[in-house]
Amino acid sequence: MGRVLNIVETAYRGTLEEQDDTVIWLSTMLKNNGLEMSLLLRGNAVNYAVKGQDASGLAFGALKQVHPPEIDKDIAKLVSKDVPVYVVKEDADDRGLAGSEFVKGIKAIPRARISGLVVDHDQVWHW
Amino acid sequence: MGKNLTMLVMDAPYESANSTTALRIVQSALHKGHNVHVFAYEGAVTLTLKSQQPHANPAKGTTAEQEQHPTTKDWIKALFEMSKGNGAKLEWTNCGLCVDERGPAEWIDGPKRGGPPEFARSVIASDTTLVVPTKRNC
Repeated sequence: MGRVLNIVETAYRGTLEEQDDTVIWLSTMLKNNGLEMSLLLRGNAVNYAVKGQDASGLAFGALKQVHPPEIDKDIAKLVSKDVPVYVVKEDADDRGLAGSEFVKGIKAIPRARISGLVVDHDQVWHW
Repeated sequence: MGKNLTMLVMDAPYESANSTTALRIVQSALHKGHNVHVFAYEGAVTLTLKSQQPHANPAKGTTAEQEQHPTTKDWIKALFEMSKGNGAKLEWTNCGLCVDERGPAEWIDGPKRGGPPEFARSVIASDTTLVVPTKRNC
């Protein structure tokens, strides 16, 4: 079993309820359990790479959410665990993201390089 | 010699065609003698809920018996039965944390509670892995 390319495209699905993105969370858990992988953020998920996101403030009546999702920090943790994290540059450009907002260590790649990433990995999981 | 397939499913029952497609792939793999380990993640942990019941169809005026409305737990139960007959092994792991946050934990016979470590081990030991995730444009 070699390296998995995790392509994350579905973004902010249930992140407030879950207090994280369930695919980013699973990626972290799998890395902790010995699975080698890379992460490619595309579509709306490129926003996961943006530093300083603040999802705090959710409250229903007197019940306040005290641990909101911090997906940018979760991405930074993956980078610190030597998981290569890529962002599709065109998808970032489309959303007005120049790259300077990104978590340190993230690599922006042109869409044309995705096929090369696929070739470099043994399995591709598209979320 | 059968191969080993790991599959992650994520949608809750009646959410999309993904679940049915995934179960059809499981059936085909078992039919060909391949071993399958399904990891049910997120809403998919409710696919095997024991309390699922067929219902009548008031629009058609049919009773539950006449309608023979399918439930995912019965489909999966049938897949477990099928695997016993042809030597291919079906394993089904429900993500325990996903179960806890959703509540119901009464399943049909067959599924076990597990988590990402079991999924990781299965992926590493398998010939290939297919993820069938929930996809949204949000």
